[in-house]
Amino acid sequence: MSEPTLTPATAETPAQRTRRLVEKSLRRRYRAERRFRVYGIVAVALGLGFVAFLFSSIISTGWTVFQQSYLKLEIDYAPDVLDPDGSRDPEVIGSADFSALIKAALRKQFPDVEGRSDLRTLYKLASEGGQFDLRQRVLDDPRRVGSQESLWVLADDRVDLLMKGEIERGLPEDVRGISDQELAWIDRLVADGRLEKRFNRSFFTRGDSREPEQAGVWGAVSGSILTLFVTLLLAFPIGVAAAIYLEEFAPQNRFTDLIEVNINNLAAVPSIVFGLLGLAVFIQLFGLPRSAPLVGGLVLTLMTLPTIIIASRAALKGVPPSIREAALGMGASQVQMIAHHVLPLAMPGMLTGAIIGMARALGESAPLLMIGMVAFIVDIPHGLTDPATVLPVQVYLWADSPERAFLERTSGAILVLLGFLLIMNATAVVLRQKFERRW
Amino acid sequence: MATEPTEMVQRTGATLGPGSAPPERTAQGQRTVGEITVSNPVIVCRNVNVHYGDKQAIRDVSLDIAHNEVIAMIGPSGCGKSTFLRCLNRLNDTIPTAKVTGSITLDGVDVYDRKQDVVQLRARVGMVFQKPNPFPKSVYENVAYGPRIHGLAGDRTELDEIVQTSLMRAGLWEEVKDRLDQPGTALSGGQQQRLCIARTIAVSPEVILMDEPCSALDPIATARIEDLIDELRQNYAICIVTHSMQQAARVSQRTAYFHLGDLIEVGSTDQIFTNPRHKLTEDYITGRFG
Repeated sequence: MSEPTLTPATAETPAQRTRRLVEKSLRRRYRAERRFRVYGIVAVALGLGFVAFLFSSIISTGWTVFQQSYLKLEIDYAPDVLDPDGSRDPEVIGSADFSALIKAALRKQFPDVEGRSDLRTLYKLASEGGQFDLRQRVLDDPRRVGSQESLWVLADDRVDLLMKGEIERGLPEDVRGISDQELAWIDRLVADGRLEKRFNRSFFTRGDSREPEQAGVWGAVSGSILTLFVTLLLAFPIGVAAAIYLEEFAPQNRFTDLIEVNINNLAAVPSIVFGLLGLAVFIQLFGLPRSAPLVGGLVLTLMTLPTIIIASRAALKGVPPSIREAALGMGASQVQMIAHHVLPLAMPGMLTGAIIGMARALGESAPLLMIGMVAFIVDIPHGLTDPATVLPVQVYLWADSPERAFLERTSGAILVLLGFLLIMNATAVVLRQKFERRW
Repeated sequence: MATEPTEMVQRTGATLGPGSAPPERTAQGQRTVGEITVSNPVIVCRNVNVHYGDKQAIRDVSLDIAHNEVIAMIGPSGCGKSTFLRCLNRLNDTIPTAKVTGSITLDGVDVYDRKQDVVQLRARVGMVFQKPNPFPKSVYENVAYGPRIHGLAGDRTELDEIVQTSLMRAGLWEEVKDRLDQPGTALSGGQQQRLCIARTIAVSPEVILMDEPCSALDPIATARIEDLIDELRQNYAICIVTHSMQQAARVSQRTAYFHLGDLIEVGSTDQIFTNPRHKLTEDYITGRFG
């Protein structure tokens, strides 16, 4: 006590100490916070960058698919070609040589071209598929026989590529794929207003084709719709029912634990395994047809079920116990409690799970290859057992094709697939909001 | 002092407060002080034990609940009063590990009998919970739900009438009559709790169980609920669990004091609060613990 000044000078009160230490650590803490924020921004930017790159590359190669080159030709439905004996029998007309009409129209357009090989080159300006359009027109209205009309018919894919600037005019003739003479014809047609790019309606209305200018995505879209329809119809009710049973009714024991573990494992099984299973069970054992949306839907159901079950169980778990107690306290039976109170509250979550599962199913190709949905199918499927393919498989098929014009088709199909996905997700959002507003 | 007092009671009953009467044992050998029986019981509980797995939640509780009476259950947290309440409408059934033994009869019929339907039991024994839990539906649907699932109303007009009477008796009608189609969850906390009471009385039960119905409410809403409880006593037997001793004193005619799974003392509310006979009761109501 002889030196009272010493104590206050050296000793620090606990409050002072806290203040000093906090001040010392503040800078470090803020630095850490900034650092974490930068990490987050970098991660988001990377993700966005990849998405932007993906989209820009797909759109830049794919947008041209919405236009297609057409030739305007004066078609003469000559009766001596279509219906020599004048019977107007659809079978006779149907088997007539419609390509001769296009060839005749081309000859009329370029009367100065002579010689077999030159003519053959000339004929190649028009697509080989044009004849089927003509045939359909005449079959739809047999009175056209004997008449004439000026019609836009599909141009060949090489002409189309040239029109879209995919083929360089400056290249030497032998690597260009289009001869100088053809180039001259094309320029003349363009100058006459008889060759132009028009909206490519047929890409959205046709099925697959060996000729790229004729190939459309509608066959694959129909196949996808039918397949997903089967999947949704089976996977959603089964998944929800399984989730409800496991979550609300099943006793907690070893057996249900085992089921739970297995469901989680199933969600991680590679999808091609489901394809093999579908091949062995649905096609071999049950004798269902190959390449059918029905079988595709069944296989995708197997694949989607675990996702839906897991999401639905999570949604059921998320329903507050107070609502369950309220319902039970009112004398509601277990089923009434679930149907009246738990399910409506869990429905948005279940829908989200279903949509995630369906989106995965929409983009799935591997299991469908196993059950034959990879076949080349020209006809649009109209039923669940018609042979069909689906969008991702169509993308795969076109990406594998040697013709250059299939490149834009591939990107176009991807765009359609993404659009499909967007519509599905938008529907889900709308449905979910509707369900939530009711409460 | 966690478990000691109980054991002392079990062994000797020697922990009675100074000047109080010696412990009374009923003919069945109850450890409870006070009169557990009443002349006009609606629910009769004898030797009720509840186990949650290995843990015993309540031990040998015997208690009668009378018609047109409010009985308050008080006691420190975790003493088993809520557990006891949830035995009366078998809400403990929903907990897989819960095991209830002993006998609980409602109008002479064992509620745990195999033949007793739990849906019917819960229609006769309504419950109001600690946190207001209206269904996320409209006010009307909340009240109409019980009558609807039990088929109490023949047609729409009858249902409308039940809804209106129930809301009126719950003292909520004037506040919600213009917005019956609005969600019940949009009401204030006190209104929600009264809505839950309206929902419960809409099915005309015989007994209403209330598990701390005012613990989430402000004093004004609490006062309204307490008034309501007093009115409802005309028609129902009411068991209320509460942490507020003032509330127990205000609304109840009888009070039961629970301590660590034992029913320590039962008596008229006046007697319990003015002249508790058991030391644990006295300690609790004088605020020495709890």
